[in-house]
Amino acid sequence: MIEGFTALYIFMLAGFTGYEVIARVPVILHTPLMSGSNFVHGIVLVGAMVAMGHADTGVEKLVGFLGVMLAAGNAVGGYVVTERMLEMFKSSKGSK
Amino acid sequence: MNLLIQLSYFAAAVLFILGLKRMSSPVTARGGIVWAGAGMVVATLITFFWPGMQNYVWMTLALFIGGGLAWYTGRKVAMTDMPQMIAIYNGMGGGAAAAIAAVELLRGEFHAASFQVLAVIGALIGSIAFSGSMVAFAKLQGIMKRSLVFPNQQLLNLLVFGGALVFGAMLMGAEHPSGLTILIFFVLALLFGVMMTLPIGGADMPVVISLYNALTGLAVGFEGFVLGNAAMIIAGTVVGSAGTLLTQLMARAMNRSLANVLFSGFGSSAGPAAEAGPEGSMKEVDATDAAVMMAYAEKVIIVPGYGMAVAQAQHKIWEFAQLLESRGVAVKFAIHPVAGRMPGHMNVLLAEAGVPYDKIYDLEEINNEFPQADVALVIGANDVVNPVARSNPDSPIYGMPILDADKAKNVIVVKRGKGKGFSGVENALFFLDNTRMLYGDGQEVASKLIAEAKQL
Repeated sequence: MIEGFTALYIFMLAGFTGYEVIARVPVILHTPLMSGSNFVHGIVLVGAMVAMGHADTGVEKLVGFLGVMLAAGNAVGGYVVTERMLEMFKSSKGSK
Repeated sequence: MNLLIQLSYFAAAVLFILGLKRMSSPVTARGGIVWAGAGMVVATLITFFWPGMQNYVWMTLALFIGGGLAWYTGRKVAMTDMPQMIAIYNGMGGGAAAAIAAVELLRGEFHAASFQVLAVIGALIGSIAFSGSMVAFAKLQGIMKRSLVFPNQQLLNLLVFGGALVFGAMLMGAEHPSGLTILIFFVLALLFGVMMTLPIGGADMPVVISLYNALTGLAVGFEGFVLGNAAMIIAGTVVGSAGTLLTQLMARAMNRSLANVLFSGFGSSAGPAAEAGPEGSMKEVDATDAAVMMAYAEKVIIVPGYGMAVAQAQHKIWEFAQLLESRGVAVKFAIHPVAGRMPGHMNVLLAEAGVPYDKIYDLEEINNEFPQADVALVIGANDVVNPVARSNPDSPIYGMPILDADKAKNVIVVKRGKGKGFSGVENALFFLDNTRMLYGDGQEVASKLIAEAKQL
């Protein structure tokens, strides 16, 4: 388990990382990048699977099932949409 | 096995960060999403080996249903509808984070009290992001046309939010929270997400979607702490902060503060409606003359707006631009930060038509070039070229950075009719002496321009 100040430090460092990674992004990439970061939080799928994997009662299983389904939608949909957008970015000098 | 799982999660976290970093430059962007995708696959597969898990059959089924539906819709959606699809996938992530919290609260086995607090906060944020994103989707998709505004709305919203907080606090303190308390808490949280989004107008939705994206990231990060899952903590927090920054950048591009977007309907503060209209009159031009003007120009700057995308004219416009280039005309595309439905959306639409990204310039890069341009071709854009934003402090769009199309030697405006822009403000550009109006559907006009230019 990640507890106390270790947790706080991870939180702080990850926060700065996110800020720095995005800080100098050109406007043309705002939409794809938003979509890309949307995909990245699809990692919630991992948590949803663990939560469902430990569900015992019927209600827990149902909620867990919904969780996994939604999370899978987030991850897969986020990827497909981002990939489709980025695939179209070409340079006039680059290969077609 | 445990070591292998932790290693995989570590690798996933690294890949996510590197992937996002690569996505912030157009040259490497394509590789970025692939890297992040690889991280996701590794993390997902290894999770099947998490010790002490059950319900594998149903879990796999849920994976395939959710993933399959998203794959299908994501493949099928048109580029113009991209923003609302992002909203819906993002909302699903928020819902998943809330579901994790719900399962953990139902089981009631927290390792420490602080995790219980985090689980509830994550659930609250995730639920708001979920229901709010669904409303955002409905609005952009046109299912929900009007913004719902009624008296004492803010007060009611505050009450619902307060209620959610009270029940949330009860959950935080409870040894083994009752199912009913959990249910009421989630209903209130979801309701608040809906009510908070209802009064916000369609034009502001991108900022709101971006905000919910950041919120979902945060919720995922919090649930990561609850589950002791480092990959979730890092990925969630990175998205939380990156999303917050993106939201600010977008709000700034629209010259609005975030608070302004969230707590006031656009145009509700419109002053005297009967302000004097711009001087002068609108002058028409036909496609033949317009084509001649541009074909014999040295430099043409094209200013596309969402109207062009709606008319599906971007392919034709690019064909026309290539035709001009073959005659030696320098053609550049000028994109306003909020052209399209969200910042960068217009770049995606032009990219889809095959326009290389190095022909596309943003506001700061191109604004000082307009005075040297012989023709500025404005197609489907309105508010983003309205000089009133520079000159008239009473205008609701005053202060918004605009493209200085009016400074070009000639301006040709392709427009469907004589209507006003999204903000409802009359556009002074249309009345200028150097402006000519070219009425018609974007795609038809572009076809005519191509035909005329070919004959020259």
